[in-house]
Amino acid sequence: MARMRSRGFQVFLPLSVLAILILINLIKGADYFSISIINGALYGNIPNILFGASELVILSIGMTLVTSSSGGQDISVGVAGAITSSVFVRLLLSSGGITWAAILAAFLASCAVGIAIGAFNGALVAVFKVQPMVATLILFTAGRSVAFLIDGRLSPILANDLTSQVGSVIPGVPIQTPIILTAVFIALFAVLLRTTNLKLYSQCVGINQKAARLNGINPVRIKFLTYMILGVCSAVAGFIAVTKAGRHDSVNLLKYVEMDAILAVAIGGNPLGGGTFSIAGSIIGAYTIEVLNRTLLRLEVDTETIKAFKAAFIIILMVIASPVVRQFAARGSRWMRDRLGGSAQAGQR
Amino acid sequence: MRRTAIIVYTASGEKQLQTPNVLEMRGICKSFPGVRALHDVSFTLRSGEVHALMGENGAGKSTLIKVMTGVYEKDSGQITVEGKAMHFRSPQDAQAFGVGTVYQEISLCHNLTVAENMFIGRGRYAFVDWKGMREKTARLLDSLGIPARPTQQLSSCSLAVQQMIAIARAIDMDCRILILDEPTSSLDEDEVRKLFSLMRELKSRGVGIVFVTHFLDQVYEISDRITVLRNGEFIGDYDASSLPQLELVSKMMGKALDDVSQIKKREVPALEGGAPVFEAQGLSSAAGVRPFDFAIRKGEVNGFTGLLGSGRSESVRAIYAADKVTGGEIKVHGRKARIGEPIQAMKLGIGYLPEDRKGDGIIAELSVRDNIILALQVMKGFFKPFSRKEAESFADEYIERLNIKTASTSTPIKSLSGGNQQKVILARWLLTHPEYLILDEPTRGIDVGTKVEIQKLVLKLAEEGVSVTFISSEIEEMLRTCSRLIVMKDRAIVGELSGESLTERDVLHVIAGGGE
Repeated sequence: MARMRSRGFQVFLPLSVLAILILINLIKGADYFSISIINGALYGNIPNILFGASELVILSIGMTLVTSSSGGQDISVGVAGAITSSVFVRLLLSSGGITWAAILAAFLASCAVGIAIGAFNGALVAVFKVQPMVATLILFTAGRSVAFLIDGRLSPILANDLTSQVGSVIPGVPIQTPIILTAVFIALFAVLLRTTNLKLYSQCVGINQKAARLNGINPVRIKFLTYMILGVCSAVAGFIAVTKAGRHDSVNLLKYVEMDAILAVAIGGNPLGGGTFSIAGSIIGAYTIEVLNRTLLRLEVDTETIKAFKAAFIIILMVIASPVVRQFAARGSRWMRDRLGGSAQAGQR
Repeated sequence: MRRTAIIVYTASGEKQLQTPNVLEMRGICKSFPGVRALHDVSFTLRSGEVHALMGENGAGKSTLIKVMTGVYEKDSGQITVEGKAMHFRSPQDAQAFGVGTVYQEISLCHNLTVAENMFIGRGRYAFVDWKGMREKTARLLDSLGIPARPTQQLSSCSLAVQQMIAIARAIDMDCRILILDEPTSSLDEDEVRKLFSLMRELKSRGVGIVFVTHFLDQVYEISDRITVLRNGEFIGDYDASSLPQLELVSKMMGKALDDVSQIKKREVPALEGGAPVFEAQGLSSAAGVRPFDFAIRKGEVNGFTGLLGSGRSESVRAIYAADKVTGGEIKVHGRKARIGEPIQAMKLGIGYLPEDRKGDGIIAELSVRDNIILALQVMKGFFKPFSRKEAESFADEYIERLNIKTASTSTPIKSLSGGNQQKVILARWLLTHPEYLILDEPTRGIDVGTKVEIQKLVLKLAEEGVSVTFISSEIEEMLRTCSRLIVMKDRAIVGELSGESLTERDVLHVIAGGGE
């Protein structure tokens, strides 16, 4: 019961925001949910949202873990994705012919680079105890230049059928490939959480590192591990982003995505100071951000002013979710309950 | 105005009985959720005296001081300052009425000069009279005999001088009640002497000083009177000259208030029989405990005793490798073993319930269930998580067995009372079925009923063959549960008592005297 309630509230907020946004969209035009089939694949608002949010969802999952274990955020995820995808492109273009096997091999290599980047950040945070944001600032600053150096020139182009199928649709499959990849990633992550103690350990380390150690957990190792996992997330996100774009633009690929990923974690109701977390919350948070972006576009807000609207919306959201307002709401609901008797209890939830 | 009043008092104040009480606290009660920190405590401070506030860990000293200084608001009771009833709502409030506090951790700015520190936060205007500030500081330092220059950076002064500057600052702010919380714990002998002469100087000016320390010798060197607290209750106030050191120790450690008849002391098992379960030789740790030897047999309950800061906790922490082990040899069941990290101790069948429940024990935001299974889960391994059902059944079993009061297994542990939190940590270790269990202050800060339950549990475990090391600030509790007591002083073992000599008197003797 208590679990339901605390868990419920965490996911309740982003879900209700999502509902409000969808409502706004429906008012704007009743055809919001309509889905059409083009070239044998599904298109429409909902598939577009799922398509557009794939990188963000994947990154926010890793960001949630890192936030939990180290009580800080990695601001280099977008840059890390740019580096790993530059490695992917370079390897793929220099291989003999572009086959599925070559793509897979290049992708795995880029994952290895992602792990190395995670290990670098993780070592700074876990071993040298540098503040996460400062530690990842290093790569944030230098990363895009590194990606450019790996590219060797401006925007190498991935002009071939196979990678564009990864970035859009594989013939015969009705759902766009990035959506499938994201779903597979979420499923794999769910399996990881189910078959290991990753969640318990990283929560323990994030809440009380001393107590975690006295109970046999190695805090350094766990933090290190979560950063490496985030590295993999960056690599997967970079892979999806570059196949979507069809070329590697080291300057603009996954630009500013780190801020949205952190935001997704926050909207998901996860404390940015570390500790307990809900991956589901972060995933919903990520989709909420994408819906928000698209809603503003749909409402024909100028592209120049869209950021200001987005910011205003997020401020309102964060104030509603703040402990101060939450406490106030709790007091209000208690007051209502006393007034109206037990019958109102169900309505309050 | 206030100054003159004091001078009048001190002038007539040769006889202590006629010295007015500068501070009077009566019937002070203060509770926190699940803990009764102070119950009907009285405290009186006369002007021009040094009054030692004594008590073991959890006795309520720091709570009383925080009530005195307005950090906490009292639940009930009266505070009068110079005869006027007061109600402090904040530390600033208390300071305005002349209550100054100097904490062990000096709360000054290290990168500013002495003069700046003296006046920081006190200016009423945007502009600063640097010259006047320096001159005033120089005069003050001079009059109190503090060896520092106004323009010197604070961090370049020794700790003792920094402490004196903090005191001078309080004095300059017209304080008549000065609270010194553990001022000497990081000072060497010479510095302590300097501090004491400053305290005597202030005394002669009519300032009432509350002195909190763990060092008994220092109490007798400087204090006029002593107030003893135990378990949040007022034990009494005494003239220092009429309270022998031995009696003070016994008052601090006390006769337990719980129902003694409930627990029958177990027959001491034949200690000669059986090889030790755990042995340590020359063990030492980075926490500064001196190399010590130690052994415990199957089914034995022993205890480390000594005053706070004597090294009793540090010793058991060294056994469990909670602090970095710097030397020594360990044998488990006669075989050499290495414990460099807690996980190794756990795998050898050692469990450790830490003294600092909040800082080292609970994972506050996690559920009772997760907190219970944690140690066993870690021992089982990263890739072998318990299923929800298994975890749930473990939690249910121990919630019932230890009578833990919680809304559900999913309730975050932080919303439980202190006693129930402690039981959860205890459950965590019982679940691992340890061969050797170390319990550091398992009964501190929890209600009497739970205390008795925990003591009974310890004895039951011993009957089942578990070896237990039990530490408590209450000596009665230890006498009742332990068959052997290791007495510590100044981070070294000074005596070991068992059998006939295991009486309160003997233990107090060793603690107070250091010899046998």
